[in-house]
Amino acid sequence: MSGGVDSSVAAALLLDQGYDVTGIMLRLWTAGGDDSRNRCCTPEAQAMANRVAYQLGIPFYVVDARKPFHDHVVNYYLTTLKNGETPNPCWICNQDVRWGFLMETAMDMGADYMATGHYVRKVINETGEVRLLAAVDAKKDQSYILSGLTQAQLQHSLFPLGGYHKPEIRQIAAQKNLPVADRPDSQDLCFLGDMTQAHFIHEVVPTLENPGPILLKNGEQIGTHAGLANYTIGQRKGLGIAAPKPMYVLDKDTDRNVLVVGTVEELGMSHFFAGNMHWISGRPLAVISKLKVKIRYKAEPVDATVTPLDVQRVEVTSEHSWRDLTPGQIAVFYDGEVVIGSGVISISPPKTV
Amino acid sequence: MSNKRVYLDYAATTPLDAGVLQKMLSFFSEDFGNPSSVHSWGQRAEGAIEAARVKIANRLNASPSEIIFTSCGTESDNLAIRGVALAEQTSRGANHILTTPVEHHAVLHTVQQLERYFGFTVEFLPVDPFGMVDPLDVKARITPQTALVSVIYANNEIGTINPVAEIGAICHEAGIAFHTDAVQAAAHLKIDVQKEAIDLLTIGAHKFYGPKGVGALFVQSDHRLIPSQTGGSQESGLRAGTQNVPYIVGMAEALEASQGNLADEAKKLLPLRARIISGVLANVPRAQLTGHPIQRLANHASFVFEDVDGNRLLMLLDQNGFACSSGSACKVGDPKPSEVLTSIGLSDNWALGSLRVTLGKFTTQEEVDSFLAVLPSLVEKARRSA
Repeated sequence: MSGGVDSSVAAALLLDQGYDVTGIMLRLWTAGGDDSRNRCCTPEAQAMANRVAYQLGIPFYVVDARKPFHDHVVNYYLTTLKNGETPNPCWICNQDVRWGFLMETAMDMGADYMATGHYVRKVINETGEVRLLAAVDAKKDQSYILSGLTQAQLQHSLFPLGGYHKPEIRQIAAQKNLPVADRPDSQDLCFLGDMTQAHFIHEVVPTLENPGPILLKNGEQIGTHAGLANYTIGQRKGLGIAAPKPMYVLDKDTDRNVLVVGTVEELGMSHFFAGNMHWISGRPLAVISKLKVKIRYKAEPVDATVTPLDVQRVEVTSEHSWRDLTPGQIAVFYDGEVVIGSGVISISPPKTV
Repeated sequence: MSNKRVYLDYAATTPLDAGVLQKMLSFFSEDFGNPSSVHSWGQRAEGAIEAARVKIANRLNASPSEIIFTSCGTESDNLAIRGVALAEQTSRGANHILTTPVEHHAVLHTVQQLERYFGFTVEFLPVDPFGMVDPLDVKARITPQTALVSVIYANNEIGTINPVAEIGAICHEAGIAFHTDAVQAAAHLKIDVQKEAIDLLTIGAHKFYGPKGVGALFVQSDHRLIPSQTGGSQESGLRAGTQNVPYIVGMAEALEASQGNLADEAKKLLPLRARIISGVLANVPRAQLTGHPIQRLANHASFVFEDVDGNRLLMLLDQNGFACSSGSACKVGDPKPSEVLTSIGLSDNWALGSLRVTLGKFTTQEEVDSFLAVLPSLVEKARRSA
C-alpha cells in the first residue's frame, strides 16, 4: 500500500472478493537519510496508507526495507552508471525488493498472495502456467516494469486493477470514500530525496564527473563533456557544442572517458541485442519470432524479429529506427498482450554468462 | 489472522478504567467550565481540578501546591529538566547535567537539546549490565556546576528499578535538584517523594488505566523552574493553558484506583510474569532476560533473542493475535538498536531482537500459556539466516 488511489482501491476490491487482506508498506532508503524527502514513501504517505487501512478495517504494517533496497537497488544503480550504462532501478526494485524481500516477508506472515495496485493482468492457462498480460488501459499499463518476475513470484501475486481503466478506479475510490489522488508518479528516482541526480552522483561516484572529450564517430574532437554521468544515449540538449546539424549522444565510453556524438541519421538503430534474458514462462524462446518490443517504459511497442542466440541472448531487428536505444535499459517483448520476456539492451552481442 | 486477541503491552499503554471514565463524563457536559473563570461554572471546574490535585499529592506524600498538571509524561519531563536547568543556569551559572544512558527519549532528547542549544554539558552515569545506576557514581560525579540529576525510576524497556532513595539522599546532601521519570514506576510502586528525597517526579496517566493526554509533575517547593509553556498564569505560572479538566479528574481517579490495588496486582502478576520468564528461557534457544531479575517491575518481562529481527517477530506475534513490543512503542520498523540495550552492553545481533512482554489487569494464565505455546516457533521464523 502506498497511500495512493491504486493500491487503496486494490485492497478494497480484494476485500469485496472475500479475501482476508493485510496492508504492508515499505520503508525505503533515501539519499541523505531523511525519509520525509523520499519522493515515494514519506511519513505522510505512511499516515495516508495507515488511514486507508483503518478505514477498510485491515491490519497495516510498515516493513523496513532500507538495507535490501540499498544493497540491491542503489548498488545496482551505481554499478551500472560506472559501466557507462543507464540503469533502470525500478525494474530491479520490483524483482528484488517488492517481489523479493517484501514477498518473503508476506509469505512468512502467512500470506497466500501478495497483491499490488499495478495495472497488469495475470492469467493462468490450462496447464497452470501463469501469463502476464498488459493492462486493458494501455496508457496505464505497467507490464514493462514487472517483466522480470518469475513463475513462482507470479503464482503468488494478485493484480486486481489490470482489467480496469484508470477513470473507473477513481470512480470506485470516490464511491468508497478512499483517496482519489495518485502518489507522486515522478520520473525521478524515488530515493534521491532532495538531491538531484547530479548531486547524488557527485556525492557517491565522483569519478563519473571527470570531464573528457566529446568525439565524432571518426575520432574528431568537437568539445568537452562534463562527466559521462550527466548524459544519456539519444540526448540532444545540454551538449555544449556548436555544430552545423543537431548532434545526439551515440555512446558513452567509460574506458576512455569519451562521449561520442553524431547526427540523427547515425543515431537511429534498428538492430540490437538483449542479454540476461528472462522468460516469463520459464522456457526460453526457441524459434525466430515476430514479437513487439518496448525499449523503455513509455516507448510504443514496435514490431520486431527476435532471433534467439541461446537461452540468455537474443538478437532484435526491426523496420523501425530507434533514436533512444540505450544500453543497460530493459527491452520487453510481447506476443500481442502477453509478456514473453525481457532482457538488457546492448549494441554489441552481449557476452555469454 | 487469529480471532482471539491478547494484549501483553501494558507498559505501552493501558485501557481506561470504566469507573474512571464515568467520573470524567460530567466534566465534558454539565461541568464544562474553565477553572480560571470567576463564575459558578469556573468554580466547579476549579474545585474538581483542585480536588484532583489533592488526591495526587496525597498519593505521593507531597503538598497540593507542588503538583503541576501537564499534557503527558513527556511534557512533564521537558518541564522538569529544561525548567530546572535554565533556572539554575540563570541563578548560579550551573551548566552540567548528570543523567543516564537508559532514560526514555523524553529525557534524553531534552538534555541533548540543552547541550546543543543552551550551553550545557551532559554527562552520562555508568550503568551495570542490568541498567542500574550506582548511587556512589552519582556522588562522585556531582560538581558545583551541576544543575540537576535525572535518573529514571523504573525502566520502561528493561524493567529495572533504580535505587532512587539513595540517589535522592546524595543529591539532597549536595544541594542538587534530583528529578526522576516515574512514568512506569507510578503504575506499579508506592512512591513517597519526601522519604525518597525526590525533588521532581514525572507521571503519565495512561500507564495506570487513566486517559492518554494528561500527566503531572511534582516539584518540591524549594525548586525554581523556568516554564516551558508560557501564557496565562495557570498552574502557579509554571504551565500556561486552560487545564484539561475531565482528564485531570480522570488521572486522579485512576491513580487512586491503581495505588489502592498495588499489592493485589503484584500478587496476581508476579507468578504470571515468572511463568513467562521461565517459559521463554526454557523453550526458546539463544534467549536472554534483560534488566534486573529481582529489582524489576512486577508485570515486566523483557528479552533479547540472538539474530532475530525484532520487528518481524512483533508482526508475526500480531498476526497470531498477541500484542507485544520491542521496548519502546516505535512503529516504523527502525532497525537501529535502542540506546538502552546498547548501553547495557548488548551487541547489535542481540539488541535488534528485543521483545517486551508486560502484563496487567486483564491478563490471565490462559493468555500467558497460549502466548508461550506459539512464541518459540515465531522466534525461529524471525531468526535471520546468517
